[in-house]
Amino acid sequence: MPQITIDGQRIETSAGKTIIEAALDNGIDIPHFCWHPGLSVSGNCRMCLVNTGFPRKSADGSLERDENGGNVINWGPKLAIACATPVADGMVIDTQGQRTEHAQNAIMEFLLINHPLDCPICDEAGECKLQEYAFLHSKGQSRYNEKKNHKDKRVELGPNVMFDGERCISCSRCIRFADEVAKQPVLTFVQRGDHVTIETFPGTTFDSPYSMNVNDICPVGALTSMDFRFASRVWEMSFTDSICPGCSRGCNIKVGVRNNEILRLEPRTNMHVNEYWMCDNARLTQYKFVNENRISSPMIRKGNTLVSASWQEATSQAADLLKKFKPSEIMVVGSARATNEDNYLLAKFAHNTIKTNNIDFLRHIDNSFSDNSLRTNDRTPNAHGAVEVGVKHEQPSGVSMSNLAERIKQRSIKALYVMDGDIAANSSLTDALDDLDCLIVHATNHNSTTERAHVVLASTTYAELEGTFTNLNKRVQYVQPAVATQDHERIEGMQMSRWDKFGAPNDRWARGERRNCRQNWEIVQDIANMLGAGWHYTNSENVFKDISNHVSAFSGMSYDLLQEFQGLTLGKAGSPEPKGVVYQSNYMKPN
Amino acid sequence: MNVNHNTEKDRLNFWEKLYLPEIARGLGLTLRQMFKKPMTRQYPEERWEPTGSYRGRPVLVLEEDGERCVACSLCSRVCPALAIEVQAAETTKEKERYPVKFEINMLRCIYCGFCEEVCPEEAIVMSKDYELIFTNQEDAILGKDKLLIPIAQLQDRLEFLRRFK
Repeated sequence: MPQITIDGQRIETSAGKTIIEAALDNGIDIPHFCWHPGLSVSGNCRMCLVNTGFPRKSADGSLERDENGGNVINWGPKLAIACATPVADGMVIDTQGQRTEHAQNAIMEFLLINHPLDCPICDEAGECKLQEYAFLHSKGQSRYNEKKNHKDKRVELGPNVMFDGERCISCSRCIRFADEVAKQPVLTFVQRGDHVTIETFPGTTFDSPYSMNVNDICPVGALTSMDFRFASRVWEMSFTDSICPGCSRGCNIKVGVRNNEILRLEPRTNMHVNEYWMCDNARLTQYKFVNENRISSPMIRKGNTLVSASWQEATSQAADLLKKFKPSEIMVVGSARATNEDNYLLAKFAHNTIKTNNIDFLRHIDNSFSDNSLRTNDRTPNAHGAVEVGVKHEQPSGVSMSNLAERIKQRSIKALYVMDGDIAANSSLTDALDDLDCLIVHATNHNSTTERAHVVLASTTYAELEGTFTNLNKRVQYVQPAVATQDHERIEGMQMSRWDKFGAPNDRWARGERRNCRQNWEIVQDIANMLGAGWHYTNSENVFKDISNHVSAFSGMSYDLLQEFQGLTLGKAGSPEPKGVVYQSNYMKPN
Repeated sequence: MNVNHNTEKDRLNFWEKLYLPEIARGLGLTLRQMFKKPMTRQYPEERWEPTGSYRGRPVLVLEEDGERCVACSLCSRVCPALAIEVQAAETTKEKERYPVKFEINMLRCIYCGFCEEVCPEEAIVMSKDYELIFTNQEDAILGKDKLLIPIAQLQDRLEFLRRFK
């Protein structure tokens, strides 16, 4: 175990690590552009130059001491780049001294020679490493009087990635990402010297399903997302930690919200799930349904039309409808898109309140979506969790999703209580739903199921709820609200952007719609209580405590632990995997 | 010993205590003012024209080929009263960004001029307009239609900024 000293701090590290890794493990950030923990080392930006040396030894092998009793250091003749220099026992590293600072100033001045001063129109402003280091490690003045180089601007490298040649500092992070992570080696440097720029090989385009990650790792604004371009400033958005609901991988994400509307999603480091990445499909699709086409209040059917109703009216209508049927005539459909809490209470509702065995949920399998990287064929975030908390086909008497259509046709199932958004989209069930006497649906968006429903209960999307999802590797992960509803504020409080924090009713920028929707478990509890259940859950944490007490796989888990370790594996709450270092490229970015 | 010695008796001299000469002096002062040039003016017929240093309502500079503003949102960020809302969008012009929406809530604005100071394009400046009358809150939120002012009308302020900013 080599022992090194960084800025006077003694650090025990492991052999083979580079200086920058050893420093990061101990919370010391060495300025860098081209180094990224998820990519190979390239060592071309030279920003991480540090002063390294070893204690001087006298002829008899003992360490020489200066007059204060400290070690005399033999500093190296030149500075070394921290990203490519392996640590050695006894190494002394100085990241803040005059020599290092001089090198950092020089590199910054060099990088800024041809970098345009167009921060006002650049999307990266506010989360730009070059801006951060211009504040922290630069003289703040340019001595360069000559003309700046001009290169191509607005080049489309792929369907989602826009390249601006002038802003590029040639760190090659995107090239290495395309080669090593996206496995689509189409990007390359062309030209030489200060004319160097990045292009795709002729006849190719950078359209990998992971291409948009280069927008995140680009330390400057050279690569920007065509989906997000100019939508908002970073500091105007609040970023809430969440979990992507696009497939069963459960990638950790941040949800960027302004004026109660999601503007973008970006990956959040979790070394046990998605490392630093997420797929383009999720970025492009998993926020629009939260913003658009929403069911903004509960509805009940009067004649042929659905009309808005109060929660009291809608839930009592649902309870009255359910009372009309025998337990065996009612089928309860859970959801792999809903949280563990929702499914747990739904299962309890079916077994203890309605007293039926007819419970199951619909799987959304799409084999064309899976790849051998992050994307999986199960397009729901919580199929494992739903089964684990009791939403599963009861053998042999219960009705399952596979024989539901047949049972409806036989009139042995007359009422359906559905928590999953759109079961009518499943072709085998579309016609059968018309034969039902009662269809109660929890839904977030208008769809073909809500058109047929007798009672529509407006439920929250993943961005508006507090709860947990269980991914395909049985990792339980915590989700918190990023968008406010009429009932629930966001949890973040003062961490929100000042736009989200200080808006008053007479500000147009604070009038984003707050929908009258509730979490699935809240709706289930209201209806169950009308049928005599007598439950008293006041928040999602209460429900989760109940789960961890009653479902053995969840025992020992709590929201606090889930947040502390970024998720826990089912059945292993007692021995959590360490969270490790969470690398963030732009650390001055708001929250 | 809380005795107030600043009584009328202590302050006034003999002639002042006589009262009548002072009345005459006061009437004289009034009479003199009647022949001086009045300090007031016949507003709104006569209007005051402020100098370039005056900080009236903030406006956007409109040049021949459109607005200068590139929607960087720095004014909105620096505004201590959160009066400014900007929504950017993309154009095909050389400056690829422009404000599709630019609104200043004049009920929030405190005329501090920070927006003008921070603007990298000299696109938002304080005008000489001090007449702001609204009959409801919605009217007080000025959009691009009311904010864009031709550059010719803002020369005084731009000159002032060039000399003193």
